[in-house]
Amino acid sequence: MISVRNVSKSFGKVNAVRDVSLDIGAGEFFSLLGASGSGKTTLLRVIAGFEGVTSGKILIDGQEMQDSPPHMRPINMVFQNYAIFPHLNVRDNIAYGLPRLGVPKPEQARMVDEMLEMIALPEYGKRRASQLSGGQMQRVALARALVLKPKVLLLDEPLGALDKQLREQMQLELRGLQRRMGITFLLVTHDQEEALTLSDRVAVMADGAVIQVDTPAGLYDHPRSRAVAAFVGSMNFFDATIRGQGDARRAEIAGLGHQRLNGQAEARSDGDRVLVAVRPESLTLSPTAPEPPHPSVPGRVEARQYLGGRQVLYVAVEGRAAPVAVAAVAQRDVDPWENSEGRQVWLTWGPGAMIVLDPD
Amino acid sequence: MARYTGFHRHNRPLALYFGAFAVFIYLPILFIPIFSFNSGWYVKFPLESFTFYWYVDLFQRETLMRAFWNSVRVALFVSVFSTLFAIPAALAIARYRMPGKAPAVSFIALPLVLPGILMGTAILGLLNWLDVTLSLATVTLGQMVICLPYAISVLLPRFIDVGRVLEEASADLGDPPLRTFFRVTLPCSLPGILACLLMTFTISFDEYFMAFFLSGAEITLPIYIWNQLRFPDDFPSLLALSTLIITFSFVLVFASLRLSGVGDSVNQERSR
Repeated sequence: MISVRNVSKSFGKVNAVRDVSLDIGAGEFFSLLGASGSGKTTLLRVIAGFEGVTSGKILIDGQEMQDSPPHMRPINMVFQNYAIFPHLNVRDNIAYGLPRLGVPKPEQARMVDEMLEMIALPEYGKRRASQLSGGQMQRVALARALVLKPKVLLLDEPLGALDKQLREQMQLELRGLQRRMGITFLLVTHDQEEALTLSDRVAVMADGAVIQVDTPAGLYDHPRSRAVAAFVGSMNFFDATIRGQGDARRAEIAGLGHQRLNGQAEARSDGDRVLVAVRPESLTLSPTAPEPPHPSVPGRVEARQYLGGRQVLYVAVEGRAAPVAVAAVAQRDVDPWENSEGRQVWLTWGPGAMIVLDPD
Repeated sequence: MARYTGFHRHNRPLALYFGAFAVFIYLPILFIPIFSFNSGWYVKFPLESFTFYWYVDLFQRETLMRAFWNSVRVALFVSVFSTLFAIPAALAIARYRMPGKAPAVSFIALPLVLPGILMGTAILGLLNWLDVTLSLATVTLGQMVICLPYAISVLLPRFIDVGRVLEEASADLGDPPLRTFFRVTLPCSLPGILACLLMTFTISFDEYFMAFFLSGAEITLPIYIWNQLRFPDDFPSLLALSTLIITFSFVLVFASLRLSGVGDSVNQERSR
């Protein structure tokens, strides 16, 4: 539906977007995920037509669009701060784009009614933007774009201004809406949780470039670089060296001993330096030294972060500057990790827990 | 020991200062309406008897009425045209990246600080050289030179407030630039545009230098007043006229400040 081909955009000497290529399918919920300054918003604005490309092409539904102004593109956008017209009421905001499409008046009114119903604000037609809450403005912005039946809906950090509960509710609604209408959604967000929850696929951006495009599970389980591994979820990183050959290959982690590899990093051979990444929830903590087969490493609980349903323990390990983060389920009755600061523990992990990456 | 009432407590010295300030500014103006209702010819106490005579007298002076309507016509033209010309200028300054913008904006604002007598002389010289006959039209042109920078400076903050995002939203919903201007930019900045019209109208109505240098046979109200000052027995009528003008100007300026939102920040501060 959208093809971005080798698109670059620079502002003077700043290269905001560098040689990005993406293919977004019809009906897909696609996200651009990145920290601020990663170029994701610039890329969205280039697709919407608010900025021209410095080089490259943008195809929407097979048609080259990089030189068309925004009002000629079959896409609509939900803006970061909604951009509800303050001089119009809710109905007129939603109907704003309809006259251009040649929709007759009575039909316009019917479509607006339908949209008000859809966003669950049927009584709010006569209200002004200033009389709406953030969540309501959000819905009006959505209705105003969707009533035009665009081929693609762009969403620029649409939930950023909402509080947590409302944000989670709107996430579910967005996803449901997208499924029902079958419109391609392209979301820009810096919130990795939001990207993982909503998207069919996610493109992670850094320094103006796309560094990985994958499904949410793909990004989480198989990050291909330290940047992606660190940005999506939390992660422990260890410097390591590959030892041995074939099925007997092991990762020798500085200070933490050896661990057998389970088919990861097939292309690497004896002596290669690598970076081993392990998710906090892939590590196990035990109060006593566990039995083999898995090697274990002694450490000391340095801090405990209680998060309600789960908790994260930071374990200091000899020979390593940063503590290792370990996630554990919080127990309701007797929590074995309550007041565990300073306690001696053993860290264990299985071979499948390790993600092998290029060293820094 | 006085009780501590908080960081933003009332400040007596500042209140006194404000009082003195108000007296200094408005006391002279206060004399004008007082003596306009006095039956004597001279501005001196004690007052004689109360009268509306000078107000009635105004409407019997044909040259005055003529000058008044001249002023209104000129002010209408000046306010409408300087606002019309200022809209695209202010919009361009508010919206577009362009090289040398900051110095260009300062340059546009220069007539605000140039002495009126210099501008008047300069424009008169130019018109003489071009062999243009002086008339109300030349007064209008001269006053537009003065009003344009005012108009731009009134409109500019309004256009910056309306913001690029609303215009982008309109474009995104399918409107080409001109439609976007009429459906979003203009209605959203309407208060600022009205304020601009009122402000430039007031400036033109009171303006003296351009009217003095550039008028021909037809004169405007300030010139009329200046001419009549030579005749002492006309003075009370001038006071009556001035009272009407002051009242009218106050209403206009107050309305334009309300519209352009100057008082808003003060009110917000108070409600906090």
